[in-house]
Amino acid sequence: MKQTKKTQATHWSGPVYKLLREHQIKQIAMVPDAGHSNLIQLCEADKDMSVIRLTSEEQGVALLGGAWLGGVKGVLLMQSSGVGNCINMLSLSTSCQFPLIMLVTMRGDYAEFNPSQVPMGHATETVLSAMGVIVKRADTHEDVIEEVSGVLRMSYNTLRPMAVLIGQKVIGAKDFIKLTHTDSK
Amino acid sequence: MKKALHRRDVVNYLLRQRGDLLVVAGLGAPAWDITAAGDHPLSFPLWGAMGGASMIGLGLAMAQPKRNVLIITGDGEMLMGMSSLAVVGAHQPSNLSIVVLDNEHYGETGMQQTVTGHGVDLSGIAKSAGFAQSVMVRKKTELESLRDEIYKKDKARKGPLFAQVKVDSEKLPIVLPPREGSYLKNRFRIALLGTEIALS
Repeated sequence: MKQTKKTQATHWSGPVYKLLREHQIKQIAMVPDAGHSNLIQLCEADKDMSVIRLTSEEQGVALLGGAWLGGVKGVLLMQSSGVGNCINMLSLSTSCQFPLIMLVTMRGDYAEFNPSQVPMGHATETVLSAMGVIVKRADTHEDVIEEVSGVLRMSYNTLRPMAVLIGQKVIGAKDFIKLTHTDSK
Repeated sequence: MKKALHRRDVVNYLLRQRGDLLVVAGLGAPAWDITAAGDHPLSFPLWGAMGGASMIGLGLAMAQPKRNVLIITGDGEMLMGMSSLAVVGAHQPSNLSIVVLDNEHYGETGMQQTVTGHGVDLSGIAKSAGFAQSVMVRKKTELESLRDEIYKKDKARKGPLFAQVKVDSEKLPIVLPPREGSYLKNRFRIALLGTEIALS
């Protein structure tokens, strides 16, 4: 990977998009999170990539298994709550040794406001590890870029499911009080 | 009630002289059925991943747009992954066909009824989800036109195809495919992509 600019807060999405291109990632499967929106926009504008709109996250685990059967690479974008939906389907990745890359934005992680996000956010890493997914954690923009770079190589070279958990410190915690006051959703 | 089709006859008929068709089978009886029809390197029978067969098909169909992809699965498996019909409908892979062998029962677990025996019309749901063609098949003649559609190539295809084939809920001898996921994956990739690409 080329050296990224040493500005203080290069948003991870641009460099990660470049990495996806370098690694010839073609299928971008997603149930989106606000934290992914920049990356999704970049991928949608790329004619070599297909953004696949899932209705539930485990579909992406199966989809990318099929893509690999057909010789194509992909990544799966979701927020931490979606990890719970993937549990049984991950047995496909481990039993067939399919490569799989999950880029998971965390909720219930740092300064969370919504109580319902906490249980799954708290369990995300444990659940993934229990199903045989190797988990990397990133809490700065630089970390995200580095971990995605490593996972892109390791998952496809060693044929196993891996996840990068993008911490809520990177994404920013949603401030519902502020949202209420500005009258947006 | 008319005499139902037999699942092994249906699968044998659909997979006879299959050419370069890529086949994924849902877990349980459909996996035994495609194996009874003759194990093949371009068949990927599932041992688990219930609800995932159609999505594996979508990923494969998008990866290999020049090849026809056929998913053969059961009503229980399709019902668990029913929302994937919406994803397929939204992405319109014209090289993908999904055939549900609908015996209205969970065959592997003691023949408990599924909801398709209680009025749920999967072919109607697929049509609403955007499948260009979605049919209910009960007769041999309808099966013949289904086979024609499955094997149509490229521009002759109208869009993704869905068929709900009503079959007898008979219990048949199990014909086991190879069991190891990595082996099934590798032989499929080698047959499709060639050894050099598949194992690089």
